[in-house]
Amino acid sequence: MKKLLNNKNTRSNLVIYLVVTVFFLVMQGMNMGGMLTSSWKGFLVPICVYISLAVSLNLLVGICGELSLGHAGFMGIGAFAGIVVAALLQDAVALEPLRLFIAMIVGGVLAGAAGFLIGIPVLRLRGDYLAIVTLAFGEILKNIVGNLYVGLDAEGVHVSATSAKFTLLEGGKMILDGPVGATGIKKLATFPMGFVLVLITLFVVLNLVNSKEGRAIKAVRDNRIAAESVGINVTAFRMKAFVVSAFLAGMAGALFGLNYSSMAASKFNFNTSINILVFVVLGGMGNILGSVISATVLYVLPEALRSLEDYRMILYAVVLILVMLFTWSPRVKEFVSVVTDKISGIFKKKEVETNG
Amino acid sequence: MADYPRKVIQVPTYNLFREQDAGKQPVLDVRNLGIDFGGLTAVDSFNITLGPTEISGLIGPNGAGKTTIFNLLTGVYQPTRGSVLVNGIDIKGMPVHKVNKLGIARTFQNIRLFSEMTALDNVKVGMHNEIRCSFLASLLRLPSYYRAEAAANMKAMELLDFMGLADVADQKAGSLPYGVQRRLEIVRALATNPSVILLDEPAAGMNPSETTELMHQIRRIRDTFHIAIFLIEHDMNLVMNVCEAIAVVNYGKIIAKGTPEEIRSNPAVIEAYLGKEDND
Repeated sequence: MKKLLNNKNTRSNLVIYLVVTVFFLVMQGMNMGGMLTSSWKGFLVPICVYISLAVSLNLLVGICGELSLGHAGFMGIGAFAGIVVAALLQDAVALEPLRLFIAMIVGGVLAGAAGFLIGIPVLRLRGDYLAIVTLAFGEILKNIVGNLYVGLDAEGVHVSATSAKFTLLEGGKMILDGPVGATGIKKLATFPMGFVLVLITLFVVLNLVNSKEGRAIKAVRDNRIAAESVGINVTAFRMKAFVVSAFLAGMAGALFGLNYSSMAASKFNFNTSINILVFVVLGGMGNILGSVISATVLYVLPEALRSLEDYRMILYAVVLILVMLFTWSPRVKEFVSVVTDKISGIFKKKEVETNG
Repeated sequence: MADYPRKVIQVPTYNLFREQDAGKQPVLDVRNLGIDFGGLTAVDSFNITLGPTEISGLIGPNGAGKTTIFNLLTGVYQPTRGSVLVNGIDIKGMPVHKVNKLGIARTFQNIRLFSEMTALDNVKVGMHNEIRCSFLASLLRLPSYYRAEAAANMKAMELLDFMGLADVADQKAGSLPYGVQRRLEIVRALATNPSVILLDEPAAGMNPSETTELMHQIRRIRDTFHIAIFLIEHDMNLVMNVCEAIAVVNYGKIIAKGTPEEIRSNPAVIEAYLGKEDND
């Protein structure tokens, strides 16, 4: 155990799990104690969803080094798959958390499958070209789910891509209604489930990063030609990262879809993809804890500033610029490193004293 | 894929092979290799056979096509003509990573390390195909993951130590000094368990003492791992001292082959390097 704790990777992973768990316990405690306003209560599940989205996108952008602008598309697939599955299983699976979990898994698997299919043509590209094409595919996914009609009646499930001739028997229920989206969704999402989602995401991404596969993915990012020359199948590993990332986004999407009573496909547009990317960039490329923190703060910030009305987006922008300066400007970085060196110097001295 | 008769090295036919390589299959057997880029013939009728424990050099003036030949041997370029056999298997049409699995590893003229990763991780990436641990096992952190990682760490450290790099194992590859980066690239190539290793200007940017050290290390690699080494180098001191056989290329063609002594006095080589003497 001691050996495990001495490992740098294991230690930094434990810190991440610890931060997330403490945050969950505090929020859950406040929630149970009735200390949260209703708007704050509403933030809890989306925070978990966005943390999960940011971490999974970080796997692709930070660790694999591929810029993807279609993350919201996978989220949308997951959301609508989750909504449909949850509606279909309404009677079959009585236990709500289980139904939600099944919906999330199905959402994840479908999004992962979509990721695989899209990955075949898209992963032939690199850099800016890949970004542009993923953007297009993200929009395509959004439009596909936005034009699906799914209904359930006594005859079974009906699926169609057009509203024409789409009629249900009496007593039938419309689950997805094309561009209108899903309405009358039974809210299943809970904060603890959100926490579970975050844990699953962290578990998958962190374990992947510190393994043979993760090293190969990072090698492809750092130097593709060298990675090939040491026997790494570059395409296969880019695909693995892409599919895992899409799977996690799908799971998060399913939770997101089942957190509201109605959901339209237009939610999963380019803007959402960019927002998630902003979380990743500000948290630091490849920095998982950074993604967790920035997703939380940047999701809450605009919502918390709502009272400022027109000024809130200006303030949001200013915060983004400041964070960028703090993380990327060489001068500010130098200043920060001097300060942290001093602080860690104090700690090191203490350590020496206690050891000696 | 064309069927080639299995070839073994016969000592009397060519005096360059080491005696211990006699009767064995060559690790690298290149036949009539050529590549055109558009109308330009970059490499033509290139023939070479490498014994399993041979140290050979490839020299020639700048732009002679040496690195292009390395790229052909490792599958980066597909040849227009001819074939490359690694351990008796034709690499035609294979992707680069599969060619590596056949037993050919390389370093690069302009260093290509995984600069954001530690030196140790660079070596472990080289061991990628050797680490036996499934995707699921590493995802779920099963005992087999820890076993495989521990074994990989140990072997990677041994390899680093072999080249005198154990001290820098935890440093980022990109932050290491130039000479160290060159040696780390060799370690990474060795980690893929190759039967032949191609070094593209291993001494470039090294000072004389580092170069001397490198010469010892190249011999030590061959003697320890019993593999063949094929190197491109401009440092004639290194080439003449380390290589047992040398091929000289100019304009994509071999103009001379032989032992260092033969090459040194070969008029065609002198002409390629120094130009033709004016006869008036």
